Amino acid sequence: MSNTVRTKADTVATLKKYSAVILLLVFLVINAVITPNFFSMGTVRNIIIQSCTIILTGMGMTMVISTGGIDISVGAVMALAGIVTVKLLPYGVLTACIAAIFVGALSGAIAGFMVGKLRVQAMVVTLALMIGVRGVAQILNDAKIIYISGDNADSFKMLGSASLGGIPIQIIPIVLAVAIVWFVLEKTILGRHIQAVGDNPSSAQLAGINSTRTLMIVYISSAVLAAIAGIFATAKIGAADGNSLGLLSELDAIAAVAVGGTCMSGGRAKIFGTVIGALIMLLITITVNMNNITYEYAQVLKAFIIIFAVYIQRDKAA
Amino acid sequence: MARNKILLEMRGIVKNFPGVRALKGVDFFVAEGEVHALMGENGAGKSTLIKTLTGIYQRDEGSITFDGKELNPKTALEAQNAGISTIYQELNLVPFQTVYENMYLGREPRTKTGVIDRKAMITGCEQVLADLGIHINVTAPLSAYGTAIQQMVAIGRAISVNAKLVIMDEPTSSLDTKEVRVLFDIIKKLKAKNIAVIFISHRLDEIFEICEHVTILKDGTLSGEVDIGEIDQLRLINLMIGKEAKQLERTKKGYTLENAETLVEMKDIRQGTRLNGLGITIKKGEVLGLAGLLGSGRTELSKVLFGATQPDEGEIFWMGQEQKFKNPKDAIGLGMGFCTEDRKVEGIIPHLSVRENMTIALLPQISKMGVVSASKQRQIVDEYIKRLAIKTPTQNQPIRNLSGGNQQKVLLARWLCMNPKLVIMDEPTRGIDVGAKAEIEALIQELASQGISILMISSEIAELERNCDRVVVMREGRKLGELIGDDIHQDKVMEIIASGGGELENIGGAANE
Repeated sequence: MSNTVRTKADTVATLKKYSAVILLLVFLVINAVITPNFFSMGTVRNIIIQSCTIILTGMGMTMVISTGGIDISVGAVMALAGIVTVKLLPYGVLTACIAAIFVGALSGAIAGFMVGKLRVQAMVVTLALMIGVRGVAQILNDAKIIYISGDNADSFKMLGSASLGGIPIQIIPIVLAVAIVWFVLEKTILGRHIQAVGDNPSSAQLAGINSTRTLMIVYISSAVLAAIAGIFATAKIGAADGNSLGLLSELDAIAAVAVGGTCMSGGRAKIFGTVIGALIMLLITITVNMNNITYEYAQVLKAFIIIFAVYIQRDKAA
Repeated sequence: MARNKILLEMRGIVKNFPGVRALKGVDFFVAEGEVHALMGENGAGKSTLIKTLTGIYQRDEGSITFDGKELNPKTALEAQNAGISTIYQELNLVPFQTVYENMYLGREPRTKTGVIDRKAMITGCEQVLADLGIHINVTAPLSAYGTAIQQMVAIGRAISVNAKLVIMDEPTSSLDTKEVRVLFDIIKKLKAKNIAVIFISHRLDEIFEICEHVTILKDGTLSGEVDIGEIDQLRLINLMIGKEAKQLERTKKGYTLENAETLVEMKDIRQGTRLNGLGITIKKGEVLGLAGLLGSGRTELSKVLFGATQPDEGEIFWMGQEQKFKNPKDAIGLGMGFCTEDRKVEGIIPHLSVRENMTIALLPQISKMGVVSASKQRQIVDEYIKRLAIKTPTQNQPIRNLSGGNQQKVLLARWLCMNPKLVIMDEPTRGIDVGAKAEIEALIQELASQGISILMISSEIAELERNCDRVVVMREGRKLGELIGDDIHQDKVMEIIASGGGELENIGGAANE
């Protein structure tokens, strides 16, 4: 009798663990049935190009959320990075990109310092940065859209449009970001510290963990990833728009993290969960687009999926 | 002394939690207008008993009669409506609202038109507080006043809902001496109104001053119930921490560490009102015990040593060198480890595995360029799982799924794998079954024999008697005396605590007779 009960509980636990994967498979099956030409190279290319922003920001967000924090400034950092890149493009593509990443890191350092050292709430700090950083981005381009032109324009645009044997170039930042963040969280001291700080801050402190340093690194990483996402997005669009670039990206990232099963109160990072969460969010949009349904329906569906996914994964024991 | 009519009658109260029987059939009676002390160490069942009374927990067995009627509160509100008000340690008021709004929170008087009658609230509130001898601006936000006044407002609120019984859970813990006087005056006024008070405090002097009757719990059972006039401090302490039937014997004979090197010396440590200028020394390979009741400053002192909190004054020497610890990292770097009292809150990192929990402090030593060597990590964890006989299915098991004893062993291993010079163990055997307890005690002896010093804090004096080379007895942040080697006896420790504020030399002398 007790055996059956345990098996049942095990089944539930397994379902819970793989709920995001199952959800993704369900979407693929639905699409196979209803969407014409769904399984084609075109769709794959589409997914890769479109998932670049959400996966990059989602990786940063996974780290931040595992420390028990949140970073809603990533969209604004994307915008600033885009503007900085385009402005500095005459000095060379590499210089411009490095400068943009540096500016992003600066914003992350401010967030990390305020959250880690001064113990201000992450939501408030990054809300302020979200407003302020986007403001700076708009000041830098006089609230206008800057189209990419000049000497280095074509080589920079390659970052948005080049492909490697048919696979869009965005696959490189995606794979690198996921691999590096996975490596950091699973294999390094920092990864342990990130999860320990998020899981139980007082135990972490008494085990000798420097939580200020850990949080600084995490927020800087999140901003750097956002800056890279901003660079790739700008290259793809061919213009930098401080007003709309990265708008609401932070919410997509948080949704991907939540659907992926990372605990919002910190402690458990699910890297691949976030990747799957991002793909689910994206698939909803693609499905709706490919079936000529208006986008508003996608939003409503996304809302249901987020709530449903978080509901099945909720931790009753906690 | 004749008691008034019995107001509250709790009989045979049993409360079970998963795996623990927190109350094993407790009787508790409070008379009308009586100030009744409820005492016991951590885990004795005081707060569980109060919570079954106030509707936060439902009892499993037993009956409660209050004011002549049977009482089965399902919620705190039901208990409050019956006439039982609780003043919690953490006040459950709304700090940014005004004093008068807090007084009437949830039962605001209305005018004929249905809007809130602020005038009536203000005059009513002033009246209630004036009765208690408090004259403040009731239209100021509650947060404008200190803890003491906030507490008075909470008491005022209790009176104005016609409470017949007010429960005060450690009301004096955050008050200074003057504020305690004001509180005591108010308690006397409550008594004059025939309102009974259940007073929970660890400060013995206060109990003897303000209370008429005392009920003592120990391990979920009634340990004693007497008029305060019929008991002295020593007997009271005896009833609280009492003598445990000796399961294990003291293993050490004499004191052999006269010539051992001094590892740690703490001098004149002061911190707020918790630590009032005391010091200790720990020798190499010595098991030093800290004895005292709750609130005596044992844990606070050890946290200062570990760098988890900083003292206001005082000096710490480590192998003769003065140290100023900014955080635990500094102390860990020198070779200290700390097994905390509350494993859940300050020890385990619940969702991480046994492996990660055990090696969290060791990681820098088994890593290259920040990358952890998984094989070294596994090997070390395996070694300690075997050495400490930790029962866990795999290293990957989240630590929260382990039993208390096994969690404690993992936390102990966290420090042992660092080759420490000193391990602080705060209540190392609390909430652990007898078997695991014996294992941990054996381990303490083994470590000491290897030259590792142990600072051991325990409310179970018998445990200190069995394991320590030397015991420092504390009360209210002061060192009262010290017992060495075979002089360590439960009776003597209790005598020293009871003798309380007396002269240090006398106590030391008496203890060494």
